[in-house]
Amino acid sequence: MNMLNASAKLSARVFEDDIDQAPTRDGFGKGTVEVGKVDSRIVVLCADLSESTRADWFEKEFPERFIEAGIAEQSMAAIASGMTAVGKIPFIASYAAFNPGRNYEQIRTTIALNQSPVKVCGMHAGVSVGPDGATHQMLEDIGMMRALPGMTVIAPGDAEEARKAVVAAAQTDGPVYLRFGRSATPIFTTSDTPFQIGKALMLWEGESPKVAILSTGALSYAALAAARMLADEGLSSIVLHVPTVKPLDEDAVLDAAKKAGRIVTIEEHQTATGFGSAVAELLAEKLPTKMKILGINDQFGQSGEPEELLSYYGLDASGIADAARKLAAS
Amino acid sequence: MALTDGMLIDLEKKAEATRETIIAMLVAAGSGHTAGPLGMADIFTAFYFNILNHDPKNPDWEERDRLILSNGHIVPVRYAAMAHAGYFPVEECLTLRKFGSRLQGHPERVRLPGLETTSGPLGEGLSQASGMAYALRMDGKKQQRIYCVMGDGEQDEGNVWEAVMFAGKNKLHNLTAIMDRNNIQIDGMTEDVMPLEPIADKYRAFNWHVIEVSGHDFAAFIAAVDEAKAIYEKPTMIIAHTIPGKGVPEIAFDYRWHGKPPTTEEGKRFLKEIRTMGGNVPHEYA
Repeated sequence: MNMLNASAKLSARVFEDDIDQAPTRDGFGKGTVEVGKVDSRIVVLCADLSESTRADWFEKEFPERFIEAGIAEQSMAAIASGMTAVGKIPFIASYAAFNPGRNYEQIRTTIALNQSPVKVCGMHAGVSVGPDGATHQMLEDIGMMRALPGMTVIAPGDAEEARKAVVAAAQTDGPVYLRFGRSATPIFTTSDTPFQIGKALMLWEGESPKVAILSTGALSYAALAAARMLADEGLSSIVLHVPTVKPLDEDAVLDAAKKAGRIVTIEEHQTATGFGSAVAELLAEKLPTKMKILGINDQFGQSGEPEELLSYYGLDASGIADAARKLAAS
Repeated sequence: MALTDGMLIDLEKKAEATRETIIAMLVAAGSGHTAGPLGMADIFTAFYFNILNHDPKNPDWEERDRLILSNGHIVPVRYAAMAHAGYFPVEECLTLRKFGSRLQGHPERVRLPGLETTSGPLGEGLSQASGMAYALRMDGKKQQRIYCVMGDGEQDEGNVWEAVMFAGKNKLHNLTAIMDRNNIQIDGMTEDVMPLEPIADKYRAFNWHVIEVSGHDFAAFIAAVDEAKAIYEKPTMIIAHTIPGKGVPEIAFDYRWHGKPPTTEEGKRFLKEIRTMGGNVPHEYA
């Protein structure tokens, strides 16, 4: 049974095995080149990871607007803040474990408190980094960034949405945190899929839903696959993809809670402080709703292949479906 | 323009007024840092009344030189000098650290125009100044200069050396840093807490041009700033040797005065010291 939301204009091959795949960081590369062509204020800074962050895509097009900061994420953040004071719009790229993991205080003081329009880009977020292991699998970045006043936080769902998010971030006045993944994931949206900072996107809309699955980042595809599995079993659900964690699309979240009465949240992040926490904060005040927050529960990650790690932590389609079944039955 | 004797005397008077304001604002605030601001009063006077190309009535003027204060805890000296230069009324200085004031305990750019950035957490100013210098050079702005005042204790921070490498690599000749070499930090003398020497050689090794001067000799300091403008291949570090608590001999070089304000009684005594230059000259209010 297919309950895909037609107005989301998702890929025609969304449930095909050969759906196109790319890492969301590719969207960073494409987006910065796209916006760099139309806005000469755009600069990209990188901390010795230009190939794996895809910052080199921008570097090849605009070498004079690419700045190599060296392995110095703290300095990179503060340099970018200084550049905004002279009218530039900097994107700073490194792994999320270091940016914002290493340079949190520079981001807090020189970017957030200073209201500098720096776009902080954390690549290789989540356990799906894979073999590199726990040191490089950043799981606390959403919490760190959404705690900062004035910071917008976006975890795009696929490479195409990541491209749009980068373009939108460049056109936003304030500081933005953008979260990207390392491994290739299905490109389930299309160039026609709407994207707006602060807006959630309904992906799957079952009738009389018993549970709503709210997801951020690339795991939204797994959430969609879980909804399809549940529908085949006769359990109706809705899937709301929420790329912007802050500011949260409160109307869409409340609407999903009203319709389904049960909420499962999904994220490749600690269950404390992340996307699920943001949803819980809203619902606790405005519409107390039974919830299950799926993520990494007070643990670090470990080496392994992305698929086996996501399965181990219960963040693949079957793990999500299990959690949804249990919550719907509660 | 060459410095005349009249200009030097004028700068001395402005510095004295700045010191008086610092004491008054710290007494009124009841907290804050005393030694550093007094020690840097001459240099901030030199900046606001001689060196900077700026417009106090139009603090966001695009063509201005930019003065970054990295060690934000000495901001009372900046507030006092800015007020005397005409950025805001001198009386507003007495709101320092009070609820609702634009003069926050540590400087916040969004609250007070002209501050250029927000600082206090140490080690970040030189990176920001480098970003500004780099961006100005990208835009072909050759006349504007970026100045960054730093503490000496602040040199303990790793972020400082990341910025030192970046500025050296990129030959940011439009960037001049000034180190307040007053030898004190909160826990003691800098050479006891974490030795910095040979600090000049360290900067030279990172491809900086280094000048050492007295931070209380207006002519020498302004000449050093001029020398920096003539160096094309490197950024310049001016190590300004200053006396913490300058103007009040009883607290000079006493690290215990790094982070505390004078009481009302001490404030009166300090003001008398400053106004009479240590009891050597008469003063109408002393």
